[in-house]
Amino acid sequence: MSGATAEVEPAVPLGVGQNATVRRVGIGVWTVVLVLLALFPLVVTNPTYTSIGVFTLIFMACANAWNGFSGYSGYISLGNGVFYGTGAYVLTYAALRLNMSGGWGVFWLVPLAGIGAAVVAVPFGFVALRVRRHTFVVITIAIFFVFQLLAFNLSFTGGSSGLTPPTPNWVGATFNDPFYYVAFAVLVFSILLFWGVRRSRFGLHLLAIRDDEDRARGLGVKVLRVKMIGFVLAALVTGMGGAIFAYFVGQIFPQFAYDPVFDVTVALMSFFGGIGTLSGPLLGALLLEPIEQYLTIQYSIGSVYLIIYGVLFLLVIIFMPRGLVPSIGDGMRRIRVNRTQQSAPRAAGPPVEPSRPEVPAIADGGQ
Amino acid sequence: MVNGIVDGVLTGGVYALMAAGLTLIFGVMEVISLAQGIFVILGSYLSYSLETHFGIDLFLGLFITIPALFIVGVGVEWAFLRRLKSEERIAMSILTTYAVFIIIEGILNIVYGTNYLQLHAWYATRSVHVFGLYLPYIYLFGFLLALGLLAVMFAILYRTRFGASVRAAMQDRTAASLVGIDVRRVATITFGIGTATTAAGGIIYGATNSFDANSAEDLISRLLVIIVLGGLGSIGGALAAAVFMLVIEDWVAVVWSPDWSTVIFFVILVIVLSIRPTGLFGRQAARAQ
Amino acid sequence: MTDLLAVENISKSFGGLQALAGCSLTLEEGSIGGLIGPNGSGKTTLFNVVTGYVRSDAGTVLFRGRPVTAAKPDRVFSLGIGRTFQLTRIFGRLTVLENMLVATQRREGWLRSVVRGTASAAERARAMELLGFVGLTRLWDNPAGTLSYGQRKLLELAYVLVAEPTVILLDEPAGGINPTLIGEIRDRIVQLNKEGTTFLIVEHNMEFVMGLCDKLTVMDAGCAIVSGPPAEVRVDPRVLDAYLGSVEEADDDGE
Repeated sequence: MSGATAEVEPAVPLGVGQNATVRRVGIGVWTVVLVLLALFPLVVTNPTYTSIGVFTLIFMACANAWNGFSGYSGYISLGNGVFYGTGAYVLTYAALRLNMSGGWGVFWLVPLAGIGAAVVAVPFGFVALRVRRHTFVVITIAIFFVFQLLAFNLSFTGGSSGLTPPTPNWVGATFNDPFYYVAFAVLVFSILLFWGVRRSRFGLHLLAIRDDEDRARGLGVKVLRVKMIGFVLAALVTGMGGAIFAYFVGQIFPQFAYDPVFDVTVALMSFFGGIGTLSGPLLGALLLEPIEQYLTIQYSIGSVYLIIYGVLFLLVIIFMPRGLVPSIGDGMRRIRVNRTQQSAPRAAGPPVEPSRPEVPAIADGGQ
Repeated sequence: MVNGIVDGVLTGGVYALMAAGLTLIFGVMEVISLAQGIFVILGSYLSYSLETHFGIDLFLGLFITIPALFIVGVGVEWAFLRRLKSEERIAMSILTTYAVFIIIEGILNIVYGTNYLQLHAWYATRSVHVFGLYLPYIYLFGFLLALGLLAVMFAILYRTRFGASVRAAMQDRTAASLVGIDVRRVATITFGIGTATTAAGGIIYGATNSFDANSAEDLISRLLVIIVLGGLGSIGGALAAAVFMLVIEDWVAVVWSPDWSTVIFFVILVIVLSIRPTGLFGRQAARAQ
Repeated sequence: MTDLLAVENISKSFGGLQALAGCSLTLEEGSIGGLIGPNGSGKTTLFNVVTGYVRSDAGTVLFRGRPVTAAKPDRVFSLGIGRTFQLTRIFGRLTVLENMLVATQRREGWLRSVVRGTASAAERARAMELLGFVGLTRLWDNPAGTLSYGQRKLLELAYVLVAEPTVILLDEPAGGINPTLIGEIRDRIVQLNKEGTTFLIVEHNMEFVMGLCDKLTVMDAGCAIVSGPPAEVRVDPRVLDAYLGSVEEADDDGE
């Protein structure tokens, strides 16, 4: 609860560091958005749009997961594509080995794929998480390419022709819908998971690591374990996203499942929306993915799409370096401060409010 | 086999040059420039145009392409990288340079089309037979070129006042600015130099590989591996790592199979970093992250 | 009274610079020890060695008689040794209260920390109590990065206290602080000491140290040259000799 006054001894605060009003607004907004998303395919039946919807939901979940680790801990990973691709391959391989025919049953493999990706994250993380941040980025890229090359070269992954998951046994205009809802389920899971992380002591440790890792270690935080857990959680969700992707698309190749563009895309979405906040990556993905899909469809092999995307990046970086959500937050606060200063000064108002200059993302954009 | 090793050393020299530029940029600016790969390809394409439209020889063309890429580098730094605040600098620099990367890639795709190209010259396909080895002229010339340019780079770094400023900024930016070094200008020019080295890489790469804009991806991942292996910020390390990796890659390709030779590149990085997280010659991370 | 902490013959060099050369020191349980010396004498390096941020080249560190020489910072922490830094290290983007909550209880299992909420009511209450102890209560919800230097020092002290350490190493607690606040800090230290916490304080502020410490150790050029009660130490010729030639005078305030 905010509103601790200077005079009165504050009651033990409940919501740590997060303005309760902002939090309530955030929860409200996102509940509405999720409901709208759930209803979307019932209202908009055009398969082109529901297809965009499927990808959007997948990316929302994956961007959220990316941020859940990299955003909170400051360890920027450009190798989450490893988990995406591994999830894709695990689902496909398992479906083929179990001789599954295309049907709803295949969806049960999605959590399995997530676990597969999480398992991969353990050795990956063990190697990668003990290096400095700059090096960490590069090593994630390197390991990503190792996986891509392994997918090319190993036989059970089908080599360069890849693997084909079973064809779903439903057709028609609503073909996309099951995928949509499974992706939706994964998204909800992802949101709840990382919301829980943010509010847990574990999440606090991640954030502390971002600010001063050595100091955190000196205060008893088991730094490597904390990082590993975060990494594994991100892998879990991303792997599930990759699995849905594989089943949806119907064919996976090494460079398609292990796509370097994926790595940068989830990072970009998180930055665009506001890294380190919960809403940011979700918003970023919600806005950017449809744009990307639309551009790909309109301009197909689009080198034009590359240029537009790049220019968009640069504009965001120059004008909104902290991302949408914090910038909006700043704007709202400025309005609120102006209004407070205009009306008669209230004795109960927290005196510290105007002195918050650059309030970093986590303090206000928690939701 | 010996031939493979020698080839590796020769190609290593050129990779070393490009990697040196990249690690120099990191050392001074703490920026990881993902655009380095596409700059190389840009250099290749520029040389291609010079060659096909004006008949200018690849090496002579460097007199044009090196300054051109220098200007491009300076331009990019001034327009975009300068604005990055130190918060999240690493991540932002990666995304920014990635944006530059894909923009240039898109432009190149449009201007030159997506067909594979290769640079041609009389020396690109012939070899000199010496000591029982076949040394392709292009690799030999490339190696000499790389040596020459690296020598120039070292001369600048260690003999000029500007070079001293660069080395000071690499050690400690704050201290450097406190003694009157214009760190921003140093940064801009360093980025320009680091980018300019790609012109040389461009002609060798373009002459020995058929390339298109997409080749930049593979290239940058190798360069990144090299600079990390050598220790971020260490030019000598980048040199050693480049030669080392290229030799191993060639050796693996000959002894085992070409498919696995690329994997080995990354696997070695992973192994080395597990044992020595700062790379072979990296500075000890004495300060907190 | 047993020696809680003992440092024996620690040496450490960085490249060509010999920061510590055969440095020895003892700290009695329940006492307040002071560590003084001219700039560059190795005081902070010694702290770094004891708390595991730097690995010594030679020598031993004993805690309650048992060697803990190469212990990493988290192990040092779990032994009950707390430490503050000269250039305050706080988590700038977390709020003041969150900073307090990062310091986990020593005996907590890591798995539980994943599923638990940020802090139980009891922990929160204790954190607020400690904030009250250092006078930062009303800033509980501010990002720690917005605190002034003096406030950060207080915050550091507060969160070191969360884990109820047995001994606290303070690195220049009075440096750069205005005189009223210095008095408060001194009072807190005295109070905590009465309750049983041992202290070792590095300081340049002679007034602060003279009135507070039971025993002073003077370092110069990497080793301890004199050790004893403040009254004796301040008139020891070797001490005056060590300080001769350094720019600051013995009775100047802090920085």
